[in-house]
Amino acid sequence: MNKNYMFSLVAVIFLFLIAYVGVEAAGLQWLFGIAIPYVATIIFVVGFISRVMKWAYSPVPFRIPSTCGQQASLPWIRQATIDNPSTNGGVIVRMALEILLFRSLFRNMRFELKEGKFSYIWEKWLWLFALAFHWSFLVVLVRHLRFFTEPVPFFVRYLEFLDSVFRVEVLNEVVQVGLPGVFVSGIVLLAAVIFLFLRRIFITQVKYISLASDYFPLFLIMAIAFSGIMMRYFVKVDIVGVKEFTMGLVTFSPSVPEGIGSVFYVHVFLVSLLLAYFPFSKLMHLGGIFLSPTRNLANNSRAQRHVNPWNYPVHVHTYEEYEDEFREKMIEAGLPVEKES
Amino acid sequence: MADDLAKPEELLENSGYKRPATGWMDTPIDIRPGMYCYASNPKSVEYVGLPNPRAWNPIDEDWKLPENWQEILHKGMKERLERFRSFRIFMDICVRCGACADKCHFFIGTGDPKNMPVLRAELIRSVYRNDFTTFGKIFKGVAGARPLTLDVLKEWWYYFFQCTECRRCSVFCPYGIDTAEITIIGRELLNLLGLNIDWIATPVANCYRTGNHLGIQPHAFKDMMDFFIEDIEEITGVNVEPSFNRKGADILFITPSGDVFADPGTYSCMGYMMLFKYLKDKYGFDITWSTYASEGGNFGFFTSHETMKRLNSKMYAEAKRLGVKWILGGECGHMWRVINQYMDTMNGPTDFLEEPVSPITGTKFENARSTKMVHIAEFVADLIKHDKLELDPARNDNKIVTFHDSCNPARGMGMLDEPRYVIQNVCNNFYEMPPNTIRENTFCCGSGAGLNAGEDMELRMCGGMPRANAVKYVHEKNGVNMLACVCAIDRAVFPALMDYWVPDVDVTGMSELVANALIMPGEKERDTDLRGEPLPGKEEEDE
Repeated sequence: MNKNYMFSLVAVIFLFLIAYVGVEAAGLQWLFGIAIPYVATIIFVVGFISRVMKWAYSPVPFRIPSTCGQQASLPWIRQATIDNPSTNGGVIVRMALEILLFRSLFRNMRFELKEGKFSYIWEKWLWLFALAFHWSFLVVLVRHLRFFTEPVPFFVRYLEFLDSVFRVEVLNEVVQVGLPGVFVSGIVLLAAVIFLFLRRIFITQVKYISLASDYFPLFLIMAIAFSGIMMRYFVKVDIVGVKEFTMGLVTFSPSVPEGIGSVFYVHVFLVSLLLAYFPFSKLMHLGGIFLSPTRNLANNSRAQRHVNPWNYPVHVHTYEEYEDEFREKMIEAGLPVEKES
Repeated sequence: MADDLAKPEELLENSGYKRPATGWMDTPIDIRPGMYCYASNPKSVEYVGLPNPRAWNPIDEDWKLPENWQEILHKGMKERLERFRSFRIFMDICVRCGACADKCHFFIGTGDPKNMPVLRAELIRSVYRNDFTTFGKIFKGVAGARPLTLDVLKEWWYYFFQCTECRRCSVFCPYGIDTAEITIIGRELLNLLGLNIDWIATPVANCYRTGNHLGIQPHAFKDMMDFFIEDIEEITGVNVEPSFNRKGADILFITPSGDVFADPGTYSCMGYMMLFKYLKDKYGFDITWSTYASEGGNFGFFTSHETMKRLNSKMYAEAKRLGVKWILGGECGHMWRVINQYMDTMNGPTDFLEEPVSPITGTKFENARSTKMVHIAEFVADLIKHDKLELDPARNDNKIVTFHDSCNPARGMGMLDEPRYVIQNVCNNFYEMPPNTIRENTFCCGSGAGLNAGEDMELRMCGGMPRANAVKYVHEKNGVNMLACVCAIDRAVFPALMDYWVPDVDVTGMSELVANALIMPGEKERDTDLRGEPLPGKEEEDE
């Protein structure tokens, strides 16, 4: 047992139950469905912006890109224009690859030492599942815009269509069995988050570095995905009521319609927690990656001077001081001097 | 080499990841001989006016810290969070995915989990969370926060001086978190309390006073070069006498003093001298050396940003005093990271210099138009491309060469193909090491960033293990017997590393190989290379 993940697991189960019991037994729909989501959204927006502002206020005194390829030098030497960009265009492509495709993580390889032999082994699983996780999360988020817009924008409907390609339907005069279109994104999200959790448990060195704050968001997202999948496929909630409720939230005229299942409030509560937790956690890598000075700067500080706003004068040992100390020896050795004595 | 150093097989055996029984925050620090460098000499610290000069010993209980050391560090961290966006972001956004872990040569070599880049950073991040974040203040240990105790401080010291700032981890980090940056700032904080190592502190003081890390005074510097002149004359029959501190020269040449001081760097130094003489005779090339700016390297970079700036200032100051047009720089690793990413920002702008143009080929070095400093590999590659050097690569035929990309030119600059182009034009036998160990993936020598002392030999042999292993691979497969590099620290430390792991491989610099192949005007028939070893085909005559 590891106290870090046990703590996080217990915390998430506890929060899950609080919301469930709060709605089911105490009828606190307004608290978990309205008050907490509003507060969480405010915390998220204000927290996110202030964190980014904090980063932005710290200057970038030096131009320190990690160069991952050939520099721009002589015209006949082929530059790695993306991995070692010297122009803003190159930086934009580098950043886009980094943010959209996790370029650096794709470089990953696993080191192994067996019987004195060093090997660097193909290892793209983390890259693959990280990519699956983030992209499916994005798709899920965009799909959810259905609940906050009227009419539903075309791209949301189009994405839903693409996302639900797998349908299980038996429709004839005798039986009518059908699941709603299965959203691939939801399943992928849950699978990827479980993978990310399992690698924290099974790769010993990753387990060793993992903190409670690494497990907590994983469990939280698992619980969110789980409650969402429950609602869609198993314990059906009143979808018309849900839409009425969410539209009430975004139009600032919230109300609690009758008959939406408790799972829905649990789902909303957990999402609210994730939002509120976000700005204080490592999840801020979402914003941080854009500002990372080893990636978002061109390696051109020899061609164009980079200015450090706090560059201050320092004590130096001047040539005059140097010559004063060594003048006689310099003259004796036949080295030129500024002053003969 | 230290007598009590473990055998290579033992080190190899020992290198795998060892998971301690306790969590990393609860595993006490064990400062082990062979793995750390001696504490800074108070005289050196005092000479450059850095805080808390006193004699102290890392293995003593009492480190003789100022009374309010926690306050000093807290303030120091706050100041640096406000000054460096890198520091603030790297403290905030790590997700501990572990992709960096087995990229670090020290982790591979020692198996110590605190040598995983992520944990090295967590050492300081845990204190950051405790002191500067809301969650850390509320949830303490659960949020991964811990107060800065004396043991934590000792851990900082031990592990920030077990990092060579090579940036290999930053290549693999999905957010570009750069442990070098964290180590640089970590060491800067330690220096606020006078916690440097002497292998850094004394070269810094030397460099400040005499112009170079080794403390070579001007007359001695000239003396040492005079020896090279004699050696070269003996081998080639040509007198290559250079000029020093000469006003009105076109170009100022600066290289690490290690090249002047110890083998095999000295052969590269002889290489520079021969190249300049060749260019002078053939094309009227006009270059001067300086005894004041007689250091390309910058151990200030391993101390603090301010110390780096103080030492680096001599390059431009001397260029200005001598009235040269631009600066040519020799082979050195971290020197070139400083020049590429810091120098112009710190000590520019350089309106007193001209945009560098090769007086021989007319090539404009566009990529250096603001710093006005060109790397010797760029300069020579351009000469060879324009067919300006008469070369006989067959003279290097008994050398089967591979090239080690030094960390800083690779990952803090991207100078990968220039030295390869030069080497492949002066050597006929060239083999690359496996692709996961060269170019941006290159493995550190294990002794950079000021860790090239004698007392931390076990650390060095562990850290250099992955590099040595790749050399061993091409040694066995292709018969490689010469490891070429463009870094003075490499040249100083690789002989010991090779001796330990791959005994039949020697170490050389690019410029040494160039000079061996260079046919100088008026030279006699050479029988030996610069080391006095017989040239290919001349072995028998030697007997």
